[in-house]
Amino acid sequence: MQQTEFLDVILPFKDKLYRLAKRLLVSKEEAEDATQEILMKLWSKNKKMNGYNNVEAYAMIMTKNFCLDRLKSKQAANLRLVHTNYKDENVSLQTQVEVRDSLCWIEKIMETLPEQQKMVLQLRDVEHYEYAEIAELLDMSSSAVRVSLSRARKTVRDKLVQKHNYGIQ
Amino acid sequence: MEFNNIEKLLEGYFEGTTTVAEEKMLREYFMKEDVPLHLKNYAPMFQYFSVAKEERFVKQLPLKPRKNSYLKWISVAAVGILVFGIYFGRSYQEQKKAEFAYRETKKALSLLATNLGRGTEKVAYLKEFEEAKQKIYNRN
Repeated sequence: MQQTEFLDVILPFKDKLYRLAKRLLVSKEEAEDATQEILMKLWSKNKKMNGYNNVEAYAMIMTKNFCLDRLKSKQAANLRLVHTNYKDENVSLQTQVEVRDSLCWIEKIMETLPEQQKMVLQLRDVEHYEYAEIAELLDMSSSAVRVSLSRARKTVRDKLVQKHNYGIQ
Repeated sequence: MEFNNIEKLLEGYFEGTTTVAEEKMLREYFMKEDVPLHLKNYAPMFQYFSVAKEERFVKQLPLKPRKNSYLKWISVAAVGILVFGIYFGRSYQEQKKAEFAYRETKKALSLLATNLGRGTEKVAYLKEFEEAKQKIYNRN
Protein backbone atom coordinates (compact mmCIF):
# COMPACT_ATOMS: atom_id res chain seq x y z
CA MET A 1 0.00 0.00 0.00
CA GLN A 2 1.32 3.38 -0.94
CA GLN A 3 1.51 6.38 1.34
CA THR A 4 -1.36 8.28 -0.26
CA GLU A 5 -3.54 5.20 -0.22
CA PHE A 6 -2.81 4.70 3.45
CA LEU A 7 -3.68 8.31 4.24
CA ASP A 8 -6.98 7.85 2.43
CA VAL A 9 -7.76 4.79 4.51
CA ILE A 10 -7.06 6.44 7.84
CA LEU A 11 -8.62 9.79 6.96
CA PRO A 12 -12.20 8.95 8.02
CA PHE A 13 -11.30 7.71 11.47
CA LYS A 14 -8.07 9.34 12.55
CA ASP A 15 -9.98 12.11 14.33
CA LYS A 16 -12.01 9.49 16.14
CA LEU A 17 -8.81 7.86 17.37
CA TYR A 18 -7.55 11.21 18.53
CA ARG A 19 -10.76 12.06 20.36
CA LEU A 20 -10.83 8.71 22.10
CA ALA A 21 -7.20 9.12 23.10
CA LYS A 22 -7.88 12.60 24.36
CA ARG A 23 -10.87 11.43 26.34
CA LEU A 24 -8.74 8.84 28.09
CA LEU A 25 -5.45 10.69 28.42
CA VAL A 26 -6.99 14.18 28.90
CA SER A 27 -3.87 16.02 27.74
CA LYS A 28 -3.87 17.24 24.16
CA GLU A 29 -0.19 16.54 23.60
CA GLU A 30 -0.36 13.05 24.97
CA ALA A 31 -3.40 12.29 22.86
CA GLU A 32 -1.58 13.53 19.78
CA ASP A 33 1.44 11.40 20.57
CA ALA A 34 -0.73 8.38 21.18
CA THR A 35 -2.61 8.85 17.93
CA GLN A 36 0.61 9.26 16.04
CA GLU A 37 1.99 6.13 17.62
CA ILE A 38 -1.10 4.14 16.67
CA LEU A 39 -1.06 5.38 13.09
CA MET A 40 2.64 4.61 12.77
CA LYS A 41 2.02 1.11 14.07
CA LEU A 42 -0.74 0.74 11.54
CA TRP A 43 1.57 2.01 8.80
CA SER A 44 4.31 -0.40 9.78
CA LYS A 45 1.98 -3.34 9.17
CA ASN A 46 0.16 -1.88 6.22
CA LYS A 47 0.95 -4.92 4.09
CA LYS A 48 -1.27 -6.98 6.33
CA MET A 49 -3.91 -4.29 6.53
CA ASN A 50 -5.86 -5.52 3.53
CA GLY A 51 -6.53 -8.64 5.54
CA TYR A 52 -8.46 -6.80 8.22
CA ASN A 53 -12.04 -6.36 7.19
CA ASN A 54 -12.57 -3.40 9.50
CA VAL A 55 -9.50 -1.24 9.85
CA GLU A 56 -11.36 1.37 11.84
CA ALA A 57 -12.50 -1.05 14.55
CA TYR A 58 -9.03 -2.52 14.68
CA ALA A 59 -7.47 0.92 15.08
CA MET A 60 -9.98 1.87 17.76
CA ILE A 61 -9.13 -1.24 19.76
CA MET A 62 -5.44 -0.47 19.36
CA THR A 63 -6.00 3.07 20.61
CA LYS A 64 -8.04 1.91 23.56
CA ASN A 65 -5.44 -0.63 24.62
CA PHE A 66 -2.57 1.76 24.06
CA CYS A 67 -4.18 4.50 26.16
CA LEU A 68 -5.15 2.16 28.96
CA ASP A 69 -1.60 0.83 29.07
CA ARG A 70 -0.29 4.35 29.11
CA LEU A 71 -2.59 5.25 31.99
CA LYS A 72 -1.61 2.18 33.93
CA SER A 73 2.09 2.85 33.60
CA LYS A 74 1.58 6.49 34.48
CA GLN A 75 -0.46 5.70 37.52
CA ALA A 76 2.26 3.40 38.72
CA ALA A 77 5.00 5.91 37.97
CA ASN A 78 3.76 9.21 39.30
CA LEU A 79 1.04 10.87 41.24
CA ARG A 80 -1.90 12.14 39.32
CA LEU A 81 -3.19 15.61 39.70
CA VAL A 82 -6.74 15.49 40.85
CA HIS A 83 -8.91 18.49 40.19
CA THR A 84 -12.17 17.10 41.40
CA ASN A 85 -11.87 18.42 44.92
CA TYR A 86 -11.40 21.89 43.57
CA LYS A 87 -14.56 23.93 43.22
CA ASP A 88 -14.85 26.92 41.03
CA GLU A 89 -16.30 29.61 43.29
CA ASN A 90 -16.57 32.34 40.70
CA VAL A 91 -19.61 31.41 38.72
CA SER A 92 -19.91 33.93 36.00
CA LEU A 93 -23.01 36.04 35.71
CA GLN A 94 -22.90 36.37 31.99
CA THR A 95 -24.84 33.64 30.31
CA GLN A 96 -22.43 33.35 27.41
CA VAL A 97 -19.54 32.66 29.67
CA GLU A 98 -21.80 30.39 31.63
CA VAL A 99 -22.56 28.27 28.62
CA ARG A 100 -18.89 27.93 27.79
CA ASP A 101 -18.27 27.15 31.42
CA SER A 102 -20.86 24.42 31.37
CA LEU A 103 -19.20 22.85 28.38
CA CYS A 104 -15.91 22.85 30.26
CA TRP A 105 -17.68 21.40 33.23
CA ILE A 106 -18.94 18.51 31.23
CA GLU A 107 -15.44 17.83 30.06
CA LYS A 108 -14.28 17.94 33.67
CA ILE A 109 -17.16 15.78 34.81
CA MET A 110 -16.34 13.25 32.13
CA GLU A 111 -12.77 13.18 33.36
CA THR A 112 -14.00 11.92 36.69
CA LEU A 113 -15.86 8.96 35.22
CA PRO A 114 -14.28 5.52 35.33
CA GLU A 115 -12.37 4.61 32.17
CA GLN A 116 -14.98 2.23 30.86
CA GLN A 117 -17.86 4.68 31.21
CA LYS A 118 -15.70 7.38 29.65
CA MET A 119 -15.12 5.23 26.60
CA VAL A 120 -18.72 4.14 26.31
CA LEU A 121 -19.98 7.70 26.55
CA GLN A 122 -17.38 8.91 24.08
CA LEU A 123 -18.13 6.21 21.55
CA ARG A 124 -21.88 6.54 21.84
CA ASP A 125 -22.62 10.20 22.33
CA VAL A 126 -19.71 11.76 20.49
CA GLU A 127 -18.99 9.21 17.79
CA HIS A 128 -22.52 7.75 17.54
CA TYR A 129 -21.51 4.09 17.42
CA GLU A 130 -24.15 1.37 17.70
CA TYR A 131 -24.32 -0.71 20.85
CA ALA A 132 -23.12 -3.81 19.04
CA GLU A 133 -20.05 -1.95 17.73
CA ILE A 134 -19.20 -0.58 21.15
CA ALA A 135 -19.65 -4.01 22.67
CA GLU A 136 -17.20 -5.44 20.18
CA LEU A 137 -14.66 -2.67 20.62
CA LEU A 138 -14.67 -2.78 24.39
CA ASP A 139 -15.07 -6.51 24.68
CA MET A 140 -18.31 -6.25 26.65
CA SER A 141 -21.83 -7.53 26.20
CA SER A 142 -24.42 -5.22 24.66
CA SER A 143 -26.42 -5.04 27.84
CA ALA A 144 -23.31 -4.19 29.84
CA VAL A 145 -22.68 -1.34 27.42
CA ARG A 146 -26.22 -0.12 27.95
CA VAL A 147 -25.93 -0.22 31.72
CA SER A 148 -22.57 1.47 31.70
CA LEU A 149 -23.82 4.15 29.33
CA SER A 150 -26.92 4.81 31.39
CA ARG A 151 -24.80 5.15 34.49
CA ALA A 152 -22.38 7.51 32.80
CA ARG A 153 -25.15 9.71 31.44
CA LYS A 154 -26.88 9.89 34.79
CA THR A 155 -23.63 10.75 36.55
CA VAL A 156 -22.96 13.55 34.11
CA ARG A 157 -26.50 14.85 34.49
CA ASP A 158 -26.45 14.71 38.28
CA LYS A 159 -23.11 16.44 38.55
CA LEU A 160 -24.15 19.06 36.05
CA VAL A 161 -27.35 19.78 37.96
CA GLN A 162 -25.31 19.97 41.13
CA LYS A 163 -23.03 22.54 39.56
CA HIS A 164 -25.90 24.61 38.26
CA ASN A 165 -27.66 24.64 41.59
CA TYR A 166 -24.43 25.51 43.28
CA GLY A 167 -24.37 28.77 41.43
CA ILE A 168 -27.95 29.60 42.34
CA GLN A 169 -28.31 28.46 45.90
CA MET B 1 -41.06 19.93 18.77
CA GLU B 2 -43.46 18.75 21.42
CA PHE B 3 -42.44 18.68 25.02
CA ASN B 4 -43.75 15.26 25.78
CA ASN B 5 -41.85 13.70 23.01
CA ILE B 6 -38.58 15.28 24.09
CA GLU B 7 -39.18 14.40 27.69
CA LYS B 8 -39.89 10.85 26.79
CA LEU B 9 -36.77 10.73 24.68
CA LEU B 10 -34.73 12.17 27.52
CA GLU B 11 -36.03 9.54 29.86
CA GLY B 12 -35.07 6.85 27.42
CA TYR B 13 -31.75 8.53 26.88
CA PHE B 14 -30.78 8.27 30.52
CA GLU B 15 -31.89 4.66 30.61
CA GLY B 16 -29.79 3.92 27.55
CA THR B 17 -32.72 2.76 25.44
CA THR B 18 -32.73 5.41 22.73
CA THR B 19 -31.43 4.70 19.26
CA VAL B 20 -28.72 6.64 17.50
CA ALA B 21 -31.33 8.46 15.42
CA GLU B 22 -33.32 9.49 18.48
CA GLU B 23 -30.19 10.77 20.14
CA LYS B 24 -29.47 12.80 17.06
CA MET B 25 -32.92 14.36 17.40
CA LEU B 26 -32.18 15.23 21.01
CA ARG B 27 -28.88 16.84 20.08
CA GLU B 28 -30.49 18.90 17.37
CA TYR B 29 -33.25 19.96 19.71
CA PHE B 30 -30.83 21.20 22.33
CA MET B 31 -28.68 23.01 19.81
CA LYS B 32 -31.57 25.42 19.29
CA GLU B 33 -31.95 28.52 21.39
CA ASP B 34 -35.52 28.17 22.61
CA VAL B 35 -35.22 25.37 25.11
CA PRO B 36 -37.78 25.52 27.95
CA LEU B 37 -36.34 26.40 31.31
CA HIS B 38 -36.77 23.09 33.05
CA LEU B 39 -34.86 21.33 30.27
CA LYS B 40 -32.16 23.96 30.03
CA ASN B 41 -29.95 22.05 32.42
CA TYR B 42 -29.50 19.31 29.88
CA ALA B 43 -28.59 21.61 27.02
CA PRO B 44 -24.84 21.93 27.76
CA MET B 45 -24.51 18.17 27.81
CA PHE B 46 -25.77 17.74 24.27
CA GLN B 47 -24.03 20.83 23.06
CA TYR B 48 -20.80 19.54 24.46
CA PHE B 49 -21.10 16.26 22.54
CA SER B 50 -21.53 18.17 19.31
CA VAL B 51 -18.57 20.41 20.13
CA ALA B 52 -16.42 17.45 21.14
CA LYS B 53 -16.92 15.87 17.75
CA GLU B 54 -15.33 18.88 16.11
CA GLU B 55 -11.89 18.16 17.48
CA ARG B 56 -9.39 17.22 14.84
CA PHE B 57 -6.10 15.43 14.74
CA VAL B 58 -3.80 17.92 13.04
CA LYS B 59 -0.36 16.52 13.70
CA GLN B 60 1.66 15.57 10.64
CA LEU B 61 2.55 11.94 10.27
CA PRO B 62 6.23 11.28 9.53
CA LEU B 63 5.57 8.43 7.14
CA LYS B 64 8.58 7.03 5.39
CA PRO B 65 8.28 5.30 2.03
CA ARG B 66 7.99 1.60 2.47
CA LYS B 67 10.44 0.42 -0.21
CA ASN B 68 13.25 1.81 1.91
CA SER B 69 13.87 -1.42 3.74
CA TYR B 70 13.94 -3.28 0.46
CA LEU B 71 16.64 -1.00 -0.89
CA LYS B 72 18.58 -1.29 2.33
CA TRP B 73 18.85 -5.04 2.06
CA ILE B 74 19.81 -4.88 -1.57
CA SER B 75 22.64 -2.49 -0.77
CA VAL B 76 23.82 -4.73 2.05
CA ALA B 77 23.91 -7.66 -0.35
CA ALA B 78 25.73 -5.57 -2.95
CA VAL B 79 28.44 -4.59 -0.47
CA GLY B 80 28.84 -8.23 0.53
CA ILE B 81 29.22 -9.32 -3.06
CA LEU B 82 31.71 -6.56 -3.71
CA VAL B 83 33.90 -7.56 -0.76
CA PHE B 84 33.82 -11.20 -1.78
CA GLY B 85 34.54 -10.24 -5.34
CA ILE B 86 37.60 -8.23 -4.40
CA TYR B 87 38.88 -10.96 -2.13
CA PHE B 88 38.43 -13.84 -4.56
CA GLY B 89 39.34 -11.71 -7.56
CA ARG B 90 42.69 -10.99 -6.05
CA SER B 91 43.51 -14.63 -5.37
CA TYR B 92 42.38 -15.50 -8.90
CA GLN B 93 44.71 -12.90 -10.30
CA GLU B 94 47.58 -14.29 -8.24
CA GLN B 95 46.91 -17.69 -9.65
CA LYS B 96 46.94 -16.24 -13.16
CA LYS B 97 50.24 -14.56 -12.46
CA ALA B 98 51.77 -17.79 -11.18
CA GLU B 99 50.57 -19.63 -14.26
CA PHE B 100 52.09 -16.99 -16.47
CA ALA B 101 55.41 -17.27 -14.65
CA TYR B 102 55.30 -21.02 -14.95
CA ARG B 103 54.64 -20.84 -18.65
CA GLU B 104 57.47 -18.35 -19.17
CA THR B 105 59.87 -20.52 -17.23
CA LYS B 106 58.81 -23.54 -19.19
CA LYS B 107 59.40 -21.69 -22.42
CA ALA B 108 62.83 -20.61 -21.31
CA LEU B 109 63.70 -24.10 -20.22
CA SER B 110 62.51 -25.61 -23.47
CA LEU B 111 64.57 -23.04 -25.37
CA LEU B 112 67.54 -24.10 -23.33
CA ALA B 113 66.75 -27.71 -24.02
CA THR B 114 66.61 -27.24 -27.82
CA ASN B 115 69.87 -25.37 -27.73
CA LEU B 116 71.39 -28.12 -25.71
CA GLY B 117 70.03 -30.60 -28.23
CA ARG B 118 71.69 -28.71 -30.97
CA GLY B 119 74.94 -28.90 -28.96
CA THR B 120 74.72 -32.68 -28.67
CA GLU B 121 74.08 -32.95 -32.42
CA LYS B 122 77.27 -31.11 -33.02
CA VAL B 123 79.02 -33.38 -30.56
CA ALA B 124 77.65 -36.33 -32.58
CA TYR B 125 79.34 -34.92 -35.63
CA LEU B 126 82.47 -34.66 -33.62
CA LYS B 127 82.17 -38.29 -32.69
CA GLU B 128 81.87 -39.30 -36.34
CA PHE B 129 84.87 -37.21 -37.15
CA GLU B 130 86.73 -38.94 -34.35
CA GLU B 131 85.76 -42.37 -35.69
CA ALA B 132 86.78 -41.47 -39.20
CA LYS B 133 90.02 -40.17 -37.85
CA GLN B 134 90.58 -43.39 -35.94
CA LYS B 135 89.95 -45.47 -39.08
CA ILE B 136 92.50 -43.44 -40.97
CA TYR B 137 94.98 -43.82 -38.14
CA ASN B 138 94.46 -47.54 -37.96
CA ARG B 139 94.93 -47.98 -41.69
CA ASN B 140 98.22 -46.24 -41.56
